[in-house]
Amino acid sequence: MEATRQKPKPETSAQPQKRKMSGSEAVIYSLLAEGVDTIFGYPGGAIMPIYDALYGFQDRIKHVLVRHEQGAAHAAQGYARVRNEVGVCFATSGPGATNLVTGIADAQIDSTPIVCITGQVPSHLLGTDSFQESDVLGISMPVTKWNFQVTKPEEIPWAIARAFYIAKTGRPGPVLLDITKDAQFGEVDFEYKKCEKIRSYHPYPPVEDDKISAAAELINTAKKPYLLVGHGVLLSGAEEQLKGFVEKAGIPVASTLLGLSAFPTDHPQYVGYLGMHGNYGPNVKTNECDVLIAVGMRFDDRVTGDPNKYAPQAKVIHIEIDPSEIDKIIKTSVAINADAKQALEKLTEAVKPNKHESWIQEFRDCDEIEYQKVIEHDIYPKSKQIRMGEVIRELNELTHGEAVLVTDVGQHQMVANRYWKFKKSNSNITSGGLGTMGFALPAAMGAQVAKPDTPVVSISGDGGFQMTIQELGTISQYKIPVKMVLLNNDFLGMVRQWQQLFFEKRYSFTEMTNPDFIKIAEGYGVPGKRITERSELTGALKEMYECEGAYLLEIAVEKEENVFPMVPSGDSVANIRLD
Amino acid sequence: MSDIYQDKTGDAVEKQFTLSVLTEDLPGLLNNVTIIFTRRKLNIDMINVSSSEVPGVSRYTIVLTTTREQVEKVVKQIRKHIDVLGAFVYEEDEIHYQEIALYKVPTRIFMGGVNVEKIIRANNARILVIEQDYILIEKTGHKEDTQKLYDILEPYGIMEFVRSGRVAVSKSKRKTEQFLEELENSNTHSLSINGQNK
Repeated sequence: MEATRQKPKPETSAQPQKRKMSGSEAVIYSLLAEGVDTIFGYPGGAIMPIYDALYGFQDRIKHVLVRHEQGAAHAAQGYARVRNEVGVCFATSGPGATNLVTGIADAQIDSTPIVCITGQVPSHLLGTDSFQESDVLGISMPVTKWNFQVTKPEEIPWAIARAFYIAKTGRPGPVLLDITKDAQFGEVDFEYKKCEKIRSYHPYPPVEDDKISAAAELINTAKKPYLLVGHGVLLSGAEEQLKGFVEKAGIPVASTLLGLSAFPTDHPQYVGYLGMHGNYGPNVKTNECDVLIAVGMRFDDRVTGDPNKYAPQAKVIHIEIDPSEIDKIIKTSVAINADAKQALEKLTEAVKPNKHESWIQEFRDCDEIEYQKVIEHDIYPKSKQIRMGEVIRELNELTHGEAVLVTDVGQHQMVANRYWKFKKSNSNITSGGLGTMGFALPAAMGAQVAKPDTPVVSISGDGGFQMTIQELGTISQYKIPVKMVLLNNDFLGMVRQWQQLFFEKRYSFTEMTNPDFIKIAEGYGVPGKRITERSELTGALKEMYECEGAYLLEIAVEKEENVFPMVPSGDSVANIRLD
Repeated sequence: MSDIYQDKTGDAVEKQFTLSVLTEDLPGLLNNVTIIFTRRKLNIDMINVSSSEVPGVSRYTIVLTTTREQVEKVVKQIRKHIDVLGAFVYEEDEIHYQEIALYKVPTRIFMGGVNVEKIIRANNARILVIEQDYILIEKTGHKEDTQKLYDILEPYGIMEFVRSGRVAVSKSKRKTEQFLEELENSNTHSLSINGQNK
């Protein structure tokens, strides 16, 4: 991998004003005009003309050949999330496109800007069940922010300009362009114009002053105000504005899973992580606060538990860019339908300086209880086997919070996000809304390609790791120096935990007989090590972290570890269980 | 969504709503709109799609029975679609609306002593076509009216019957063109066709 990849300058100005070229070349020139430097993809029949055009641009666009299209979509997500820019992936028609769908759905629910370009059979064959034809538009409709089928070469620059504009503005999301093979072969008078406006799309609603003053009044008179940070803060780049606001108003701050890394976890006003496996205080205090300020989050059921019993005593202020999220789950007293950055700037001006020390202290008292009942045993266990929490603690100490943390889905994800100390924006990449097992490995790969000089660590369980294990091939081929930690309990741990707690320990198909992961990695040319003893942990993590290239560290962890605290599904956040 | 919200406002009562949706005239958009109902397992009672008076703009008139709570969420999700220009929800008393019905009846019943002409006149219907075998009757009205005529004609033998979806105009004054102009110049997606911001 090159030491640094300079992001190429958008090419618009360098373009000949109008030039004849093939539709395929127009795809590449359009991507260059949008500043694209990396594509994750997999070729096939219907996208071959585009790949042929790409061949001549290898000096300007890096293409990463993944091992499965799902990996391409997740890698593009990893790229997008770590850079806060649009990620791009290519796939062919039929199975190539359908393999992308999980990644697209993940990007949709987690508001991740990606542009997916799929090849399609020639337009005269559309609808005839021709070879590798699938109705990709129909399939992707409910999981894309916008999709479009290009059947004429002259539509290409327009469609790509629109795709990037839609993907990254407002509440970001995935866009899919399905380009028929004849459109790729056809000729176009190329001219690129960036999309700046769509009359039916208004991504940045203006901040309404009366809403700001109504919110400020609630905040100024609140005794126990409480702020929840969501992914929207990161997407809007509002980290500083958030900090400025809460510091002025003295409000305690908790974070959703996707909001993590928007606010430094060592900040004196940071009180913890929300949700089903979040911290004790942040959950319990939700039902004790008097004003709840939610910024760029959508009250997912994993955060609210039973919405009827969620903060019924509180006045809710919701700052949210997507109007369809307002009043969807939790009724608001004041809804500020706007970009988080603009709204927070205005709100900061409107609120009075304040302090809520004793209220914040109530969270600290909860922390004390949680530490004694849960945390201490997780991160400094006296049990024989290694526990996930101690791995995270050690890894965090080793990386000093400099690394990007990419997690898969399950117990390890919850533990990692509970104990990791986030310092830098966009350093947390995980599959939140969709809960896609297999996400971490390809997403980490994408993040590492996007930021070659930043250490990227992925944490997976033995189940999820095997869902996209083939990306070890990509990691090996492109020498992508991802550090992979595999927390192996030979179980689908989260499901097993639920079976233990709610299904009378009937462990129905959750135990796994696993392969020799280190041998597999070795087969791909990736070094690795398996450890089982606590005494090996510090050394092994160090060895992994200091390795120059990719490295797989498999850690055998306690087989039947449970993640606590836990809000049982559908229960009130106030009923969070500590054991 | 009565299970999610406690109903303090009567919002959880099911009733009939008419949605008026303006979109760019593009292939696939109908699917994009209806999929929002499918996802929530909402049944559409009637749907009518046609071009509006503005070239390139389609108008959808969708009738469904649900709660105010639910319909508002649905409207927001329809508005969220990139190529949707506007979506508005109306209750019965906020619109003027009509449906059209066509009745194909055998020509012979006119010969058989039945005063069909009287029936037609009494029901404000009209004869569209007279053929040797059949006569085509047209009636415009609300569903109750077209159903009433169906019930009257039914004993004489109806060869074919068809009823359209609803078309509706709101009782407010704004025109589509004016709405689109305001949309072009505004930053918000929540303009109401009634002229109030929702």
